Amino acid sequence: MHTETAPVLLNTAQMATFAARGFIRLDAVVPPHINAQFLADVAPPQTSAAPSTQRITKHYARIMRDSTIPLVNPGTPLKTAYPPASAIAQMLRLPYIRGAINSLVGTDAVVDHHFLHITFPPAYHRGARHAQTSQPTHQDSTIDPRQAFDVQLFYFPQAVTAAMGGTRFVPGSHLRIVSEAALARYQNIRGQQHVVCPAGTVLFFHMGLWHGGGLNQSEDLRYLFKIRLCPTARQCRLWDTTDQPLSTGARPIFWTDGATQADHLFSILTHPEPWYEADTSRLEFINRIKFWRYLSGDETFDADYWLTRIENEFK
Amino acid sequence: MPAPTPQTLQRQQVLVLYLQTSALDSLVVGWSQYDGSGETLHMAGDSDEPPYATGLDALRDGWRLLQISPLLPHASGDELRTGYLKYEYVFEKLVQVEHSHAH
Repeated sequence: MHTETAPVLLNTAQMATFAARGFIRLDAVVPPHINAQFLADVAPPQTSAAPSTQRITKHYARIMRDSTIPLVNPGTPLKTAYPPASAIAQMLRLPYIRGAINSLVGTDAVVDHHFLHITFPPAYHRGARHAQTSQPTHQDSTIDPRQAFDVQLFYFPQAVTAAMGGTRFVPGSHLRIVSEAALARYQNIRGQQHVVCPAGTVLFFHMGLWHGGGLNQSEDLRYLFKIRLCPTARQCRLWDTTDQPLSTGARPIFWTDGATQADHLFSILTHPEPWYEADTSRLEFINRIKFWRYLSGDETFDADYWLTRIENEFK
Repeated sequence: MPAPTPQTLQRQQVLVLYLQTSALDSLVVGWSQYDGSGETLHMAGDSDEPPYATGLDALRDGWRLLQISPLLPHASGDELRTGYLKYEYVFEKLVQVEHSHAH
């Protein structure tokens, strides 16, 4: 029998940060015994064979054949997708994980797909026709202009060092409408982050967040288990809304008293990323405000007059 | 008989800078490099600091500007949509390589 602890929902500040930046990061949220169970299931057996590119293919084939990671049809309810005693199911039951999932995609989310991403160290690439490289920057799936959104749960069961090439991502890129690998020309973007984290860290990405796997220059295999989750109902005020009011009056803009209000909902939604173009940063604010209208269900919401100004139309 | 002189060839290095505005002297917000000489290999995520602060700084370091993004009108109904990086500048340098390095 599995004990159920109440999920810890995201609060409004966390949800606004997700709306603005496109990700939530929960460091070391998964306890060691679950990480150990997961790694014992997927880690390679000790072998004296020299690493090679052939071993990458064999490695994946073995894990797909032997691990307990189940085959899951798209559209399977998350609640029933994983054997209850599996490390994945235990991870998903953790209060902070379940709370984040419920806050983002609801209690009846379904699985789109999952995959165990393994980034192999240099020894596995020796003798290959092409040099070992990082994964180009991309947006998953395809052009997706919805306001409803999927999330991608990224579970790092082991500690990830800088040398291991943790997932690179571009905060604030999730609302840009682009086409998957069309981004590959963008090698580096100011403000990009690389996941360096303690074991048991989980990140939730909005489906549109630009990202790519890093270059593993360590001697160890790097594991990332990803689950893409889809909502089955409108995502409206699913989080804990008690920490700050969702609707507040306007505040002075541009000519202010100079006081910073970093935690204010409007400030979170209008904080630019260092890579935004001067003009498109304002479009990003507008698109975040539209996104917040969708999330909050308040079609009159505005932050710092960005939408009110251009909606001041007369017929 | 004198020793043969190593044959030198030209190869292209390409630098792509993404800037904060349409002005060439505005700040770099994204960058990519491709080295046809084979001396260096650049790839996604290989640096967190740009090679130049502005596009103009690249010119001053000898990069030749090949192409800039045009300024396009905004399609009706699509004015607020954001997508690809907007201000792309492509530069080149020609470098000499020895024949033995050429591919």
